[in-house]
Amino acid sequence: MPKDGGIGASTKRREDIRFLTGTGQYTDDINLRGQAHVAFLRSDVAHGRIKGIDTQAAAAMPGVVRIFTGADFEGIGGLPCGWQVTDRQGNPMQEPGHPVLAQGKVRHVGDPIAAVVAETREQARDAVEAIEVDIEELPAVVDMKAALAEGAPKVHDDLSSNLCYDWGFVEENKAAVEEAFAKAAHVTTLELVNNRLIANPMEPRVAVGDFAPHSGDSTLYTTSQNPHVIRLLMGAFVLGIPEHKLRVVAPDVGGGFGSKIFHYAEEAFCTFAAKQLKRPVKWTSSRAEAFMSDAHGRDHVTKIELALDAENNFTALRTETHANMGAYLSTFAPSVPTWLHGTLMAGNYKTPLIYVNVKAVFTNTVPVDAYRGAGRPEATYQLERVIDKAARELGVDPIALRRQNFVTEFPYATPVAVEYDTGDYVATMDKLEQIADLAGFEKRLAESKARGKLRGLGVNCYIEACGIAPSNLVGQLGARAGLYESATVRVNATGGLVVMTGSHSHGQGHETSFPQVVADMIGIDANMVEIEHGDTDKAPMGMGTYGSRSLAVGGSAIVRATEKIIAKAKKIAAHIMEASADDIELKDGRFTVAGTDKSLAWGDVTLAAYVPHNYPLEELEPGLEETAFYDPSNFTYPAGAYACEVEVDPETGKVTIESFAAADDFGNIVNPMIVSGQVHGGLAQGIGQALLEGCVYDENGQLLTGSYMDYAMPRAADVPFYSVDHSCQTPCTHNPLGVKGCGEAGAIGSPPAVVNAVVDALQRAGHTGVTHIDMPLSPSRVWSAMQG
Amino acid sequence: MYAFDFERPATIDDALKALGAEDAQALGGGQTLIPTLKSRLASPSKLVSLTAIPELKGISTGDDGTLCIGAATTHAEVAAGAGAYPALAALAGNIGDPAVRNRGTIGGSLANNDPSACYPAAALASGATIVTNSRRIPADEFFDGMFTTALEEGEIIVEVHFPIPQAANYQKFEQPASRFALVGVFVARYPDGVRVAVTGAAEDGVFRWAEAEAALASDFSAGAIAGLDVPGNAMIGDLHGSPEYRAHLVKVMTGRAVKAAG
Repeated sequence: MPKDGGIGASTKRREDIRFLTGTGQYTDDINLRGQAHVAFLRSDVAHGRIKGIDTQAAAAMPGVVRIFTGADFEGIGGLPCGWQVTDRQGNPMQEPGHPVLAQGKVRHVGDPIAAVVAETREQARDAVEAIEVDIEELPAVVDMKAALAEGAPKVHDDLSSNLCYDWGFVEENKAAVEEAFAKAAHVTTLELVNNRLIANPMEPRVAVGDFAPHSGDSTLYTTSQNPHVIRLLMGAFVLGIPEHKLRVVAPDVGGGFGSKIFHYAEEAFCTFAAKQLKRPVKWTSSRAEAFMSDAHGRDHVTKIELALDAENNFTALRTETHANMGAYLSTFAPSVPTWLHGTLMAGNYKTPLIYVNVKAVFTNTVPVDAYRGAGRPEATYQLERVIDKAARELGVDPIALRRQNFVTEFPYATPVAVEYDTGDYVATMDKLEQIADLAGFEKRLAESKARGKLRGLGVNCYIEACGIAPSNLVGQLGARAGLYESATVRVNATGGLVVMTGSHSHGQGHETSFPQVVADMIGIDANMVEIEHGDTDKAPMGMGTYGSRSLAVGGSAIVRATEKIIAKAKKIAAHIMEASADDIELKDGRFTVAGTDKSLAWGDVTLAAYVPHNYPLEELEPGLEETAFYDPSNFTYPAGAYACEVEVDPETGKVTIESFAAADDFGNIVNPMIVSGQVHGGLAQGIGQALLEGCVYDENGQLLTGSYMDYAMPRAADVPFYSVDHSCQTPCTHNPLGVKGCGEAGAIGSPPAVVNAVVDALQRAGHTGVTHIDMPLSPSRVWSAMQG
Repeated sequence: MYAFDFERPATIDDALKALGAEDAQALGGGQTLIPTLKSRLASPSKLVSLTAIPELKGISTGDDGTLCIGAATTHAEVAAGAGAYPALAALAGNIGDPAVRNRGTIGGSLANNDPSACYPAAALASGATIVTNSRRIPADEFFDGMFTTALEEGEIIVEVHFPIPQAANYQKFEQPASRFALVGVFVARYPDGVRVAVTGAAEDGVFRWAEAEAALASDFSAGAIAGLDVPGNAMIGDLHGSPEYRAHLVKVMTGRAVKAAG
């Protein structure tokens, strides 16, 4: 049984009290004395040459403080890209400039052209409308294949084409893969689209720049998943402010899903303008702006081929993907279709030969970057769809085909450069069959049929690489950052602890689960531990939260720092009790000399650390505060099996999710309730992608889904009561907690289950020509598919 | 939002006077207008709220047996108080979400005539009478294409009179994002015939499907329309559905409404 409040306890989230009572402190709650407001003039055309900007009338408007254009940023750095991909020929990717405000050209609807700083937000917006911009509209490129065609308009005039890179992985395997296909007994081919998504966190982005003339220090308050990364990127590459003169604070963050990892122009603008104007400058995104300025996700077009031998063993896999980069390279955009996607193409299967080709393409659309799962959902979707199609073509049970090809021995080195440390895919599939009651499917099928509905069952597996790190590996792969995590544990004199972590919660419950770890190690109540995060002046340099890395990497750093605390505290206790430190045991918050009844309470020792009267000062510094930086030796590999049952209304094409079961292996689990919640949210987003969400541009680059009137978000009524299980646990072998991460699994594993289920329903109803429908599976698309 | 003046008169006369100002705009529940203002897509000089005028509120039965609903009555009030016309109450109770239903008004919805709104289908299928400050307008003459009605400048809806049918039902197939009607069909059977009104589907907004009405007059069953061609109106085509899909849904939803009306 888990200790109450320790590892394994479903402790309720302490942060929810303030979130649910309206007392959270979000960036938009920050209002500084003398604060001015900025509004951006954004391009309403997808591609155009700026011939002139007349700000004269706008500058005379009431309340206007100053108007900035691209000219104000000449000689100042552009927004940097944090990952360099090398192409098939060994050349670096094409990397265009990304100005804070447009210079010379606009390249997508929403591209910022000018910024008005005024006394009030409405005055700033009024003045934006009075700016006259002369733009010569240019033909836009929206479709990726058209963008690569000879003579296509170029998004960036200084690049040779719209191709960012042509990446092959593993290039050396290419010939062997082709040979395997030539020898295959059966080849299944599938072409599909992984639909473009807009992250839509509940809290839109906000930035408040501040400057202190007396010290020359700048501060940026921003909606960020990784304030230290923003400090480094913006300080070093854009504005030239060293870290000791720049503080970045991200207070409560209301969801991010990846979209708040990246460094955005508005952050740099507010910091820059505050320094110029010597007063705070605030920007709060409207929802309409969010649709056209937050980085989008996914947007891959893929052809995947699976080769099988006569016994239905997978012998080779080959994919060709076009990945949309949008108009500029967002912070980690190049890594998503490559190292976060190609390396996962083995999935849960022992396919010996794999070749992945990705062409990343610039288009006149909003930049595309990581969105919950980032590359891994795209890998899982195509792989699990093509396996389903293969099973149908071969007339074999799709679960049996998967089981036959499972990796069963660990560690397992894939042909795509990663090594799975642990896993048990048979166990998660067994668990799935049980919790989804697959044996009862035929009965439910008959019940649906009696009600005039078409029922279908979709099953799939997934694997992901998360806990993103290690630094030396990602460095070889092109990352321009390290991917360790940091923690400082400060023990106060009376025994309470503050843990300053470089991870940053944007909804994951760190303030609850991290203290559970520390409390468990010391044997004290979790309420004695407080988490501080999101402020570069408090926590040591950290890398933030994404890639399901907070517990696996950040939690491990906390463990390491706490181990140092315990080691030092034992020395203090040993001195006071006149024993050897090796003989001191810490249990339930008490230090005991082994084999004796001599003991000291946790608080006695912590007080001694700060009131060192009886203290080994010649050997040990006073105080009790330790820092650790943890850099893991491998990714972690959560995996699982998902099942979805749908009903399709044959008259309208409307799909309803009747049930969804998820059997996940996350390794060890600190707070099962939080883990279940993470899976629930991930499933809702995956179901949203599968059935509802889709960002659509017209051929001129106008965003057709620019509001919730046309961009369909999943709502409570769209998702069923889930059946989730995470009792299959193969602990990670290389981090001290044995944890794997759970934040993205739901979003990675669920889209193929839904699509597999809908195709199954239509096939069972005799629509045998329907082998695939592209997401989102809207009623109209499903109905159209049924019309043949 | 641009700056504007705001008045909240207590009488119809004062409301009409206030609406006489140039570029003044009547405000019902604001469920369309306020988002439009926030997006800076409209710039009225003055908003005249119609929600503080007692004569515009409430539900009663008229001398002729019609259900009379004040223009400023909210959807939630209709859902709770139009028990005499269950299909209408059900329609009102299924518009938007609770926040919308507690603000939005029947008069506001009809005057706006959004091509995907629910109420125009109910008014047209019921042969309702839209009573304004100056005249009585039959529903058949009220709706003039999307976002256009027979209302004159400064004219306001006071009340809507619904003849209560023998049987009726409204079937809404929701657009996945907005949850407005991708296609909504209201079927109402009266002693002198059947009326079928369709919202959400056509480029010209709400319309009556005459062929279905004729078929259902002699045989009020879902089977009666099975053999009909889909309506010939120009249907909306957008990313949520092609014209063909919408035309198909009109027939499906009509059949379901007839079946549910019983």
